[in-house]
Amino acid sequence: MSATYELTIKPRKGWQPIDLKELWLFRELLGFLVWRDIKVRYKQTILGGLWAILQPLIGTIIFGVMFSKVAPIKTTAPYILFVYAGLVPWTFFANSLSMSSNSLIGSEQMIRKTYLPRVFLPLGAILALVLDMLIGFALMSVLLVYYHYPVSAALLWLPALMLGCFFVAAGMGLTLSALNVRYRDVKYVVPFFTQMLFFLTPVIYPLSSAPPKLKVLLALNPMAGMIEGFRHVILGSAMAGDLMWTSAASATLLFIAGLFMFHRMERTFADVI
Amino acid sequence: MQPAIEINGISKRYRLGEGAQMYASFREALSGKLKNPWKTKGIGRQRRGEKNSFWAVKNVSLNIAKGETVALIGSNGAGKSTLLKIISRITDPTEGYIKVRGRMGSLLEVGTGFHPELTGRENIYLNGAILGMHKAEIDSKFDEIVSFAGIGKFLDTPVKRYSSGMYVRLAFSIAAHLDPEILIVDEVLAVGDVAFQKKCLGKMSEACSRARTVVFVSHNLAAVESLCSRGVVLHQGGIVFDGPAKDAIQFYLENLGGDGGASRSNIVDLASSPGRPPKFRPHLKKLELFNGDDRPLRGDVPAGGALKAVIRFDLDTPCTSFDAWIAFDTLGGQRVCTAHSSYEPDREHEERVGQQTFTCEIPSLPLIPGEYKVHVGLDIASGEADWIEDATRLTVLKSDFYGTGILPTKGLLLLRNRWSLEYQREAVAV
Repeated sequence: MSATYELTIKPRKGWQPIDLKELWLFRELLGFLVWRDIKVRYKQTILGGLWAILQPLIGTIIFGVMFSKVAPIKTTAPYILFVYAGLVPWTFFANSLSMSSNSLIGSEQMIRKTYLPRVFLPLGAILALVLDMLIGFALMSVLLVYYHYPVSAALLWLPALMLGCFFVAAGMGLTLSALNVRYRDVKYVVPFFTQMLFFLTPVIYPLSSAPPKLKVLLALNPMAGMIEGFRHVILGSAMAGDLMWTSAASATLLFIAGLFMFHRMERTFADVI
Repeated sequence: MQPAIEINGISKRYRLGEGAQMYASFREALSGKLKNPWKTKGIGRQRRGEKNSFWAVKNVSLNIAKGETVALIGSNGAGKSTLLKIISRITDPTEGYIKVRGRMGSLLEVGTGFHPELTGRENIYLNGAILGMHKAEIDSKFDEIVSFAGIGKFLDTPVKRYSSGMYVRLAFSIAAHLDPEILIVDEVLAVGDVAFQKKCLGKMSEACSRARTVVFVSHNLAAVESLCSRGVVLHQGGIVFDGPAKDAIQFYLENLGGDGGASRSNIVDLASSPGRPPKFRPHLKKLELFNGDDRPLRGDVPAGGALKAVIRFDLDTPCTSFDAWIAFDTLGGQRVCTAHSSYEPDREHEERVGQQTFTCEIPSLPLIPGEYKVHVGLDIASGEADWIEDATRLTVLKSDFYGTGILPTKGLLLLRNRWSLEYQREAVAV
């Protein structure tokens, strides 16, 4: 950078454009934050990285027994595969919300004593969880082989769906983390909110089993489209195209709205945290 | 040439009682919106904002030229740190604008973002990145950082296992290798032991001499004097003095009287002091403190400096045997030393009554820098007659007591001492 680099600091009001150039300048910091979160996450645990797959796996076993033996739910693919394919992205989503919403208040010193694009704190927390999702899907391939379940070229859509999932998680996570700085109520709302949303998202049941009126309501939740999408590309289960596109559009909107929301609230972080 | 930092009418307002109010206002904000959804910012809110707010920085304008080293001096709450926070973009100003020309790095605390679970090596990269360094930059300075911190073999140990000394050495070392065009530094020199502090000072003056622009806040006035060319004194959010560093320090010590001393007077009223045990009648009236050259002392004295205490008191009945004393305690309550008029060999004993004045001269107060409680007492006929606990506070400032710039940090007293190394006989025998 040359001496011509000039910066103006002045009070900012209302909605402001996001300084992408600055985010780019600080890109290495985002990398370091992600790397830190990954390194630190399972430090001083016995099982370490195994936790990444244990969470969806234990869920799969419990729901597998419950809904294939006790109260069977009809699915096209074996129920174990069906529910695992839903639990991996869901675990990512739920963990993302809890990690990102606490990311700012957990870095209080950093916010009060240094300048950095604060948006990197919640984003870094979520990006670090992408690794867990990848490990989860790696185990999925083991399960597919075990069940001799055929896959199709639709699997190539997986990265796009993961990006969609990231958008939904980040959109909500950014807003919640910013709100949490001001109102610590968020800390109590998030676990409850995720638990409720779990039942409103077709994770343990297929969306097709819901009555048509309820289906429209459930489809408003972008995670519904994402999870149905994952099942569609991995297990080849049927899926309504318009649901996918609606979810993709709302995920993108949610992400952009989250970014702007965060940018607007960011100004007072150092004063109120 | 355009200034490196151009501060124009910067003000910053803070709301008071933030915590409780902010949380409560969530409900208020919600119910307010429901009742009147179209009204965005009401008059009521504005009024509340004015009443419960204060200006931490008010209308500050300042131009800092390229290559200038400027110290911001002021008591606690003068607005120095707030101003630095605005310059380093941590918080937005309420009014005004600042133009910064050049790459800026700010250092408001050492070790920000250190993660206890990560090793020294990992924290160097993380902290470096948080301070705004690129990976390539950290790579190239890595060995230098490690050797400066002197943590060598602990490089791959999690920092939570470090001693606090090692921790701050590593933290400062990373910070010291930050090399921007404009450096903003807040009170980071007060880390580590004396030897390391000296090393840090050296590193800082190196940074200052590299023709960088530096804005510096420190309570270490000796450091300010040696590092900075210009001093700006802030008081209650505004600039009250701007000039050469030496003059700024002088101005600050004389008018604002050091740390928290803005309101501290050199005349302490003892007659109605709350520090008097209830069993005593108020014999003691006043305590007046002066420097060696008889200028009023407003709570600050350099280490080893002279002190003159004038104690005014009343004797209701005629008596020949009475003594006054003045004692210094650490804030922890440990008595350090007492000056007592009965220690004076030439003291006369004649009958007195009514208003009396004792003057006590201490040519060199041998306390190490810090804050002390001052107690004053009066004995009549060898019995306690009056006594004021914590009558006032005295801040002993760092000074060049030994002529080496080094002061002890342990113990309580400054000892006058002379050292010599014994003649080396073997060297002669050869």
